[in-house]
Amino acid sequence: MNNYSREQFDVLVVGGGPAGIAAAVRAAESGVRVGVVDENVVPGGQIWRGGPSEGPHSSDASSWLLRLKKAGVIVLCGKRVFHHPEAGVIMAEGLDDVWELSYRNLVLATGARERFLPFPGWTLPNVMGAGGLQALVKSGLPAQGKRVVVAGTGPLLLAVAAYLRQHGAEIPLICEQTSWRRLARFGMSLMSHPGKITQGLQLKRDIAGVPFEANSWIIAAHGEKALEGVTVSHAGRTGVIKCDYLACGFHLVPNTELAILLGCRTRNGYVQVNDLQQTTVEGILCAGEPTGIGGVDLALIEGQIAGLAATGRTSEAQALFPKRERFRRFARLLDATFCLRSELRSLPSPDTLICRCEDVPYSRLREHTSWRSAKLHTRCGMGPCQGRICGPATQFLFKWNPDSVRPPLFPARVELLAAQPQSIPEVTGEIQ
Amino acid sequence: MPSEFTVRVNGALVSVSAGATVAVAMVIAGQPCRNSVMGEPRGPLCGMGICFECRAVVNGIPHSRTCQLLCEPDMEVKTDE
Repeated sequence: MNNYSREQFDVLVVGGGPAGIAAAVRAAESGVRVGVVDENVVPGGQIWRGGPSEGPHSSDASSWLLRLKKAGVIVLCGKRVFHHPEAGVIMAEGLDDVWELSYRNLVLATGARERFLPFPGWTLPNVMGAGGLQALVKSGLPAQGKRVVVAGTGPLLLAVAAYLRQHGAEIPLICEQTSWRRLARFGMSLMSHPGKITQGLQLKRDIAGVPFEANSWIIAAHGEKALEGVTVSHAGRTGVIKCDYLACGFHLVPNTELAILLGCRTRNGYVQVNDLQQTTVEGILCAGEPTGIGGVDLALIEGQIAGLAATGRTSEAQALFPKRERFRRFARLLDATFCLRSELRSLPSPDTLICRCEDVPYSRLREHTSWRSAKLHTRCGMGPCQGRICGPATQFLFKWNPDSVRPPLFPARVELLAAQPQSIPEVTGEIQ
Repeated sequence: MPSEFTVRVNGALVSVSAGATVAVAMVIAGQPCRNSVMGEPRGPLCGMGICFECRAVVNGIPHSRTCQLLCEPDMEVKTDE
């Protein structure tokens, strides 16, 4: 039978990315018992995946990861939160273990995922998210000599193109769906964010010579058993490009499922928080992308504020408010620059699958008027991803609103759900 | 663990570096992770454990999310049917 363990924390953080690490480190300074639970193999989240040696944020990454190590925080990696049986308790599962984690204060730092939009051929193997392909290359996939078209929207596209190129890939084209006009306005507004300009200039050097088109998007991916090429639309014209991989993502959507399950109120799709990053549920705070897509700098500040607030250090938290406001302005700028153009709604053909888990095509969905009705009649969103991929897509395509979240948050193994504490192992020191 | 070793993907040996995920081994092998409800081949999409497209049979355990699982020497991986 599975190992069943119980742990108690003064402050428990869900998510080991920048926001979660910052929250845990600042909370642990008060000498209280702090834990971080994360589903990845090591802490760092998606942006710091692959360790501190990679990317433009490397010095931040290594210093925060070091601080986490020294802070006496209990880090539980490879554990995914799937249930909230009662107030003050969440359940997490590992490969063959179940954890009952109780807390006085909970910090949700659950990050974001890429938004995917359907187009003909998007289910072919080797069509991946932009961050998705980068994650695979960071996990050992050789990119040397591969032709990769990078497409979609958002600042991640440039970062991914630069990363892939550093690893030997050839990038025949980056397609950005937003307009040159919006990009120009974005560039001008960056003047008030000097740090971002430095990062931007570094990126510009890294992708010098790579063809970049705005007003451009993928209209189809082609291939027999896997991707062989893509058809690109650009300024009303179309062209076919041969490639090994398509890295395609449409900016980010926040992971708010756990917050919603815990009863936290959301507004416009984001978890609602007050100045101290406190949600509408007492004792539960939220930091980073779930409160608004703002990137790593905002996540680090919000995480620190949450960690300080969770341990009663209000005035220290308040000292960080001006910095947070500056990065929030940048977040609003991102939203305005990379909002999706309506032409993308007409990309799916009738037989394009929208729900990849249950193979539900566009033609079966468009007759429905709500997400709920579509779920009940077509099984759209009822597969293992529980609507995490097709939910944001149908929200854009049909303007459907997502409905409530029910446990388990992920398909947990039945024996884990039924597991009872048989013997409670004594926990001493650090657990990995 | 050696710095480079082999795993078996649908019967064929694939060489991977230590730290590679099982999803990476399947992409290198050119094998689909799973076949969909209608029988379409599928591979990794999100790379971060959310989409479940990369689930495969790993050492006999079906529906394993291969992007969240590290390769181990002599691992046996098969397309999830």
